[in-house]
Amino acid sequence: MTNAQTNDVRSTAGIPGGDLVVTGVSKRFGGVPALTDISLTITPGKVHAFIGENGAGKSTLAKIIAGVYTPDEGSLTLGGRPLTLRSPREALDNGIITIAQELAIVPGLTVAENVYLGSEIASRGFLNRREAHRRFDALATRIGFDLSPDVVAGSLSIADQQKVEIMRALSRNASIVVMDEPSAALSSQESVALHDIIRSLAQRGSAVVLISHFLNEVLSLADTISTLRDGHLISTVEATGATTESLIEGMLGRSLSAAYPEKILASADAPVVLTVSHLSAAGVDDCSFEVRRGEILGIAGLVGAGRSELVRAVFRDAKVTQGSVHLNGRQLSGRHPSESIAQGLVLIPESRKQMGLLMGRSVMENISLARLDLVGRFGWLSKHRERVTVAALMEQTTVKGATLATPATMLSGGNQQKLLFARSMMCSPSVLIADEPTRGVDVGSKRAIYDLLVQMASEGMGVIVISSELDEVLGLAHRILVMRHGHFTAELTGDDINESNVLAAAFSEVRLG
Amino acid sequence: MSNQTTDQTNEPTVPASPVSSGPGNALRFMRSWRTAGIGIPFLVLFVALSIASGPFLHAQNLINIVDQQAATLCIAAAGTLVLVTGGLDLSVGAIYGLSTVVVGNLAQHQSPFVAISVTLAVGLFVGLINGLIVTVFKINALITTLAMSFVIGGIALKVSAGNLIVLNLNSNFYKFANTMVWRVPSAVLMMLLVVIVLSLLLTRTTFGRHMIASGGNAEAARLAGIRVNRVRIITFVLSGGAAALAGAIDTSRLLSAQAAGGGNTLAFTVLAGIVVGGTSIAGGEGSVWRTFIGVLFIALVGNGFVLEQIDPLYQQIVLGIILLVAVGLDAWARQRRR
Repeated sequence: MTNAQTNDVRSTAGIPGGDLVVTGVSKRFGGVPALTDISLTITPGKVHAFIGENGAGKSTLAKIIAGVYTPDEGSLTLGGRPLTLRSPREALDNGIITIAQELAIVPGLTVAENVYLGSEIASRGFLNRREAHRRFDALATRIGFDLSPDVVAGSLSIADQQKVEIMRALSRNASIVVMDEPSAALSSQESVALHDIIRSLAQRGSAVVLISHFLNEVLSLADTISTLRDGHLISTVEATGATTESLIEGMLGRSLSAAYPEKILASADAPVVLTVSHLSAAGVDDCSFEVRRGEILGIAGLVGAGRSELVRAVFRDAKVTQGSVHLNGRQLSGRHPSESIAQGLVLIPESRKQMGLLMGRSVMENISLARLDLVGRFGWLSKHRERVTVAALMEQTTVKGATLATPATMLSGGNQQKLLFARSMMCSPSVLIADEPTRGVDVGSKRAIYDLLVQMASEGMGVIVISSELDEVLGLAHRILVMRHGHFTAELTGDDINESNVLAAAFSEVRLG
Repeated sequence: MSNQTTDQTNEPTVPASPVSSGPGNALRFMRSWRTAGIGIPFLVLFVALSIASGPFLHAQNLINIVDQQAATLCIAAAGTLVLVTGGLDLSVGAIYGLSTVVVGNLAQHQSPFVAISVTLAVGLFVGLINGLIVTVFKINALITTLAMSFVIGGIALKVSAGNLIVLNLNSNFYKFANTMVWRVPSAVLMMLLVVIVLSLLLTRTTFGRHMIASGGNAEAARLAGIRVNRVRIITFVLSGGAAALAGAIDTSRLLSAQAAGGGNTLAFTVLAGIVVGGTSIAGGEGSVWRTFIGVLFIALVGNGFVLEQIDPLYQQIVLGIILLVAVGLDAWARQRRR
């Protein structure tokens, strides 16, 4: 696209474009409906939240508005004009900008260069750095950000990178700003700052589409809340009339209590299977705890509190600077995950695509990967034994819609996660660590995964569950350790397990032990 | 890896589950393309050459083609494993060159057994160095092996003092690659052995799975308890060993050795064969027997040009286009998978 063209279009954008009306929009991915007949109106000057479980279709809807996807059916109009968006670029030209879950920052460029990325300030093809700086400073003062324009963006914290994206949106006078989980990676103070920015965006006449998992955030920020479930729009309500309970019920289609299996508590004298004493590593500061046979231990805390770092240090996947880990009384001394697995400790990592699965390979290869020695002899694989073993594991973990030969990438998020459970079961560990076991998993599979966790504990494993969804930790754990700044701030058992106690501890500065 | 796709679905022990449709069809087609892949154009070309050219189908012509390609095929078979594991070995041409002069020098005075053993040891050692640099110092495989090929090339010149080494036809060393077993030279048999062993290693062993996993998703492989670095080092060692064997075979076939004797373009010919065979340059996928067909496909194109007496200029252009098509299909397949 030439400069002249973009400039032309941009001169018409920037004016609040009136209502964005979505009418009867449907979208399928390879025959699977992601959105069905969605109709809603996004009004300038309002914050409009989309909520729903993972996979409910809220991100898909946001991406249609942002021009990333084109709807299969239905239409969009902006201020009465029909709107056909074939690319994010066209959305941008119509004043619609997205701040995505995954940040779109070019790490090697400076802050100012990132802000004006794609709309570089130039004359006759040469960049005008002075003018760019002048406009950057004006913008930064106007919205109260203290970012230096010359810092390399890659060196900033996630929150500051997000600010860069927000500045990019503002520099283009976006009339509609779509924010997909903007506060997921932010600390509490940063979230407060973000909330102020969102409010001021709306006050200035922009429409803000907010996608968030945090219901409190939604309730305090949004003017209008649309709830999606399984690709359908369940309701669009004014935020003033909504409560956390009513929103959850809309999202789940049932009340929360039914979402978790009954807790089968381990007996108090069950033998200790895992002992972690005074463990320190990068992001982990002197943590000690025990896990008993049959127990489900939940580790709660804010994002960045050091939960994943802790379990990776326990798993010997991160360098341990101090302390020890004993498994069934034997010290874990290896320096490689393979030795932890051999001794009976298994980790289901937080990101199944990046850290768990071979996406292009078959279900069978993915499941048997960690214990090929069980289905082979002297390094030679017995395909027959592998098939029998893996088929049995698939049945146990209720993997659906796949044969042994189906590539992992064709499975739903829930079934992909079950593959990792099947792999873990094959290792028959004495302790299982599940880091975010239901991230990106649909509601139905979530319950299946909870059942698996409970089942594995009742069969005598010690289970550690980490989750950013507080409900999940509350609903599953027999005991909860809350982390902040790399150490524990509280240990909750029995009736003390409730949301307010966990939250209080998550923000607490008091150190446990 | 490829043929398991078909026989698994009929396996009675698999629980009956619905075969998913729709989104998978394109993907499944791509997988079957990868499986049959290069086989189809190869057959077409083979039949076309048989019809177009009288001398082509003669057993002697065919054996000659394979005999000439024996060295390339050995290297490409091992190179496939390097690529599957997520690496790349550009130093094979240089290792090949070094091993020709090492084996040539030694064969003049020592027994063939000593000459060949020492040469193989040199190749394995260089492979080990490659592997250690790539894994321990975490230097990109392309850069490492490119740099190493300069180093090895220099050493090869030093060893040969820049001279052409010419060997005696009557030496026992000549028999190494030229002993006839039912009209088939031992070079071809050794090559077949290498291809079969490496193919089985990739498809039927634990180590094969570890290679695929390490190349497909190194982080996932590590967390599943696979020693990814060790796996990568071993593939480089195998690659170095195969290049040395190839050097020994060709020196025995041709009875001459030179530091830069054809080694300069060899790495790229090998890579072209592997990629035309459909092995993913991104790692995590690949097959040795398809590399075998891929290398022979390129050789057949060359043979066809010779037999039809077409200007060899066009041969390069055609080869380049074939390579682009192969890489393009690979990229397209990977995009579909996301």
